[in-house]
Amino acid sequence: MTQLVSLLTNAIVFGTVILYGALGEIVTEKSGNLNLGVPGIMYLGGIAGLAAAFFYEMHAAAPIGWVGLVISFLAAVAASMLGGLVYAFLTITLRANQNVTGLTLTIFGAGLANLFGGSLNALAGGVGQISVAVTSRAYRAYSHTLSGLGWVGQLLFSFGFMAYLAIALALLANWFLNRSRVGLNLRAVGEDPATADAAGVNVTRYKYLATCVGAGVSGLGGLYYAMDYIKGTWSTDGTIEALGWLAVALVIFATWRPARAIWSAYLFGVLYWAYNYISGLSRASIELFKMLPYIVTILVLVAVSLRRSKEAQPPKSLGLSYFREER
Amino acid sequence: MNNHEPLIHIARRDGLVWWRAWCVRLVSLILALLVSALFIYSITKLNPAKVYAAMWEGAFGSARRAWITARDASILLCIGVGLAPAFMMRFWNVGAEGQMLMGGCATAAVLIYCGGALSTFQLLLLSAVVSVAAGAVWGVIPAFFKARWNTNETLFTLMMNYIAIQITCFLVALWENPKGSNSVGVINQQTQAGWLPALFGKQYLLNVVIVLALTVAMYLYLKYTKHGYEISVVGESENTARYAGISVKRVIVRTMALSGAVCGLSGFIAVAGASHTISTSTAGGRGFTAIIVAWMAKFNTFVMIVIALLLVFLEKGAVQIASQFHLNDYASDVVTGIILFFLLGSEFFIQYTVRFRSHSQKNEEVEA
Repeated sequence: MTQLVSLLTNAIVFGTVILYGALGEIVTEKSGNLNLGVPGIMYLGGIAGLAAAFFYEMHAAAPIGWVGLVISFLAAVAASMLGGLVYAFLTITLRANQNVTGLTLTIFGAGLANLFGGSLNALAGGVGQISVAVTSRAYRAYSHTLSGLGWVGQLLFSFGFMAYLAIALALLANWFLNRSRVGLNLRAVGEDPATADAAGVNVTRYKYLATCVGAGVSGLGGLYYAMDYIKGTWSTDGTIEALGWLAVALVIFATWRPARAIWSAYLFGVLYWAYNYISGLSRASIELFKMLPYIVTILVLVAVSLRRSKEAQPPKSLGLSYFREER
Repeated sequence: MNNHEPLIHIARRDGLVWWRAWCVRLVSLILALLVSALFIYSITKLNPAKVYAAMWEGAFGSARRAWITARDASILLCIGVGLAPAFMMRFWNVGAEGQMLMGGCATAAVLIYCGGALSTFQLLLLSAVVSVAAGAVWGVIPAFFKARWNTNETLFTLMMNYIAIQITCFLVALWENPKGSNSVGVINQQTQAGWLPALFGKQYLLNVVIVLALTVAMYLYLKYTKHGYEISVVGESENTARYAGISVKRVIVRTMALSGAVCGLSGFIAVAGASHTISTSTAGGRGFTAIIVAWMAKFNTFVMIVIALLLVFLEKGAVQIASQFHLNDYASDVVTGIILFFLLGSEFFIQYTVRFRSHSQKNEEVEA
């Protein structure tokens, strides 16, 4: 039982990182933009939040946790939306190829984040690794009375607030895309921009907003990773990039549905951590275990294309830029 | 007069003279270098001119450095050449990273298991064949599903990368030498069995020669053969291709086998000809960078030479700056990113004309 609870708690923490990434990407892809810059955006969000908290803690005489939290949260959202804006400007206004632009954004974001993550402390005149203990503690705060309620409390109440925010955002996105007028317009843009345009929807504005807001949400994944998952430090081992691609995989696995992304994300977490709870695995076979989420994603991708069910398809104009004169 | 005429009017150009197109690209490159200089200045407070001098020093400062630049550029070029046929077919092969790693793993396996049994020539032949096959298999799997059920190839090839990465991690753990080091180490260090030999005393000359030969061959294949023609027709319009009696499915699978094979061969060159070891950094993101190389060159393999050299130059240069100023190597990715953003944006001004309201009216009068 304790084994199972600990596996599930780890899976939820892991799942939350990619859930943010995937939610942002779902909103973006629903507008027809396939943004392969998700890893880069998550990097931008992570480093911006970390750097903001770092400078706050360095300059404030007695840093207060929640102030650092607000500052870093805003910085993360702003930086990742800026990343989305670059992508949006290049692909929507300048009609650059989406795949290439997205990959470039990933290279750029990863470079920028690791450059500052690795040398921020040195640039600021400090030594050793960057660390924002006070802010990180605020991110990880939870109610000890509630989480003390046996394994139920452990499973439901032992996480920082961002784990719950992710679920709330997923439900909100689900409502938005299926029930609200704006959300339905957005989906029309992603399916067939020419028709949406003819119906009076401002395609360019929808694409811009969806891409930037989506990037802002994706970036939160990086922030959660930096502040909660690795407790307010930085490591240049490329984990965020791997998680970012996993978030792209999650979008497919959840067949572009935000509500389904919630449990799918936790399932990915279970698949990812399962090797820790199976005894007698060699280090080599652990590596094989880690490919499970990707294999499952491919199976879903193939199954979706086999079934041809209308509900589960990618947005029809995904990856194509829209130019009114070329309909 | 129509009051609702938008301020900016955008129209597709019929095509720009080649030298004007290159002027646009050159201007955007210069702008990008200025922005990068500004960025580097803001964190190092160093004179930008000196920065670029230092970058030049890092890439071409000595014969050894120049050869390493040539070696890395040729590997990047090789992957780009492999991607060219797939992209020309509008098949988004973002799986070069995985195809290259599978080729690299195949080569490493041959060197490790047959290292003592075969002569170097036999080893090289065998590992080249095996790595080509491994890369081709990795390319054909998504192509088969694309051809048969129209499965999204961008997402499929992307996922295949990570399976290849985990297979590589698995093999590294399996072959690790010495135990506990979590790396394979230099394979056949004493005997140098299965290493690409030096040509005229130059260690990496053979790598460059092989890749340049491939570059020429691919150019000819795409431009002058029936296969190349079929690829471009499928890329333009699958319906036209079908109408013309081209078997679209066969072309997709065949072209991706070729694309994966060349990417696999780049893994062979990277292992047998450069690092003599295998790890995930054998590819190290170059499979993704090459996508940009191939796309920017518009499938022209000769243009790829220039772009690959430029990117590797930037990388080596930024590494040099980073080590001089105690930053980390990631500075090179930032500079690469900035330059690619500008180059991607510049294509717009090559393909479209932008006219402002008052301008456009005058122009229309002139044209009328």
